[in-house]
Amino acid sequence: MISVQHVTTSYGRTVVVDDVSLTIADGGVTALVGPNGAGKSTLLKVIARLLQADAGVVTVADLDVARTAPEVLARRLAVLAQDTQVPVRLTVRDLVTFGRFPHTRGRPTAEDHALVEEAMAHLDITDLADRYLDEISGGQRQRAFIAMVFAQDTDHLLLDEPLNNLDMRHGAQLMQIVRDAADRRGTSIVLVVHDINAASVFADHIIALKDGRVVTQGPPQEVMVEDVLESVFDVPVRVVEVDGYRHAIHLSGRLARPRTG
Amino acid sequence: MRTELAVVPTARTSSANRAPERRGVRGRTTLTILGALTAAVVAVFLFTDLTGNTAFILERRLTTVATMVVVATAIAICTVLFHAITGNQILTPSVMGFDSLFVLLQTVAAITIGVRWMTATGPVLGFAIETAVMLVVTLPAARWLLLGGRRSIEVVVLIGVVAGGLFRSVGMFLQRIMDPTQFIVLQDRFFARFTGTEPALIATGAVVVALGVVWVVRHHAALDVMALGVPVATTLGVDHRRLSTAALTVVIVLVSTSTALVGPTTFLGLLVAHLAYRAAGTHRHAVTVPAATLVAVITLVGGQLVLERVLGFSGSLSIVVEFAGGLVFLLLFLRRGAR
Repeated sequence: MISVQHVTTSYGRTVVVDDVSLTIADGGVTALVGPNGAGKSTLLKVIARLLQADAGVVTVADLDVARTAPEVLARRLAVLAQDTQVPVRLTVRDLVTFGRFPHTRGRPTAEDHALVEEAMAHLDITDLADRYLDEISGGQRQRAFIAMVFAQDTDHLLLDEPLNNLDMRHGAQLMQIVRDAADRRGTSIVLVVHDINAASVFADHIIALKDGRVVTQGPPQEVMVEDVLESVFDVPVRVVEVDGYRHAIHLSGRLARPRTG
Repeated sequence: MRTELAVVPTARTSSANRAPERRGVRGRTTLTILGALTAAVVAVFLFTDLTGNTAFILERRLTTVATMVVVATAIAICTVLFHAITGNQILTPSVMGFDSLFVLLQTVAAITIGVRWMTATGPVLGFAIETAVMLVVTLPAARWLLLGGRRSIEVVVLIGVVAGGLFRSVGMFLQRIMDPTQFIVLQDRFFARFTGTEPALIATGAVVVALGVVWVVRHHAALDVMALGVPVATTLGVDHRRLSTAALTVVIVLVSTSTALVGPTTFLGLLVAHLAYRAAGTHRHAVTVPAATLVAVITLVGGQLVLERVLGFSGSLSIVVEFAGGLVFLLLFLRRGAR
């Protein structure tokens, strides 16, 4: 379980996350959605202990993320950060092998190497294993980082915009893998997505943020409602159902420009 | 939609399974070759041209080799660690003016405490005090500059160059106004010289460097992770701030050690680290640190050998090494700018 209690975060004087409290139950996929600057990624970073909150407490699996020893937490919580750049020249396999570090402290066994190969196969990057990260495309690098996170094999997983840089096929494949991890391994997954329709189709639970506060949350059927989405995104929206899943289509107009982010 | 997607096959290819070991082999091969080269160069340096009072010459040469090994190890460790801390392979402690600061501290110590007292108490105590002061002064500043938030590499280099220049100028100014006899005692220390170092100081330096080696051996895997940068290191369970502070401490102590032994060497570290990265072809500190150390020993001992016995010069090794290292620095900086 992930619990966020009265978390406030600000950059300078701008409050980005404003006294947010929520709990995310174990298992399933939870999507954080909201307009740009709503505080989704910031909240995720606080949960991931990549950012220290000004106030409030976050616990993951009953461990206070600000106080727990990093190596203990790293065996329970894996994080895909938005910025996938590393200052060292690594091959894809080197990177994915680092996912095993919390368990091996740098001494991977044959079993760990097998897990690494499995994670790479899972993300469809086995043929890139010996390529350097600066020689492959952004989408391929994104998949390499996701493979690292999966190799970490934790029961909680945070993904900050995992669909970034991915084409349609690999985006769909990734969501499938995420779904699989939740359903078969019982991993609790929290992700930030821009594509509200991806959230609608793949998530079990959607949390909508706006101006640093939780506006609404619930299963996709409850959040994917025209009034709700319009109030979150300030855009006229039509919701249609395709094969039993709800999709939002924003209507053209003054406010409805194509999303670029 | 969920069921239609083809799940990617999870079969592993056999070549993929062997690869990690193959790479381990490359690292080991590199270290073996470098080790053999080092042994050869040292042997040639020690045992060729032995005429006259062999015992005396051998002892002098052994002292030189010992100094060079201690200094090479210190410089290799601090440069490679510094690269891991800063996530950047252009910066070195010397480029940041660490050793100019140490020379300044030595000068200030000579003026305030007096050379006579320093000579009377022996070089070891002086070294210990200077290193302690160096740590107190540098660690907070370096933490602020290198670990506090994101600063562009250009700004960091600029601050380092300016600070280094300032330390050098202040040091030179103090040396101008100080007593000439005191200056002569100090002067010896300000130019990198690898011959004629005090044996007690070499022994102390060897102990300090050995402690540094032990630290690196114990933390090499965590250092690999630290080098990935703050976000990734944090999510992999490495306390980046704590480990990089510890690593900075090791760096500062080792810079002090090498400067106390032979004087400042601005670009030697950069030269040997990059030669080692090229040779090793890996990010792993278990390989890069020993490789850089061996390259440094080869550079110093081999350079001395060539200068002294092939070309017949004496005492200008540091100038040649600095020249080559400076070229490497410029090349790296230009290549980075071109991208």
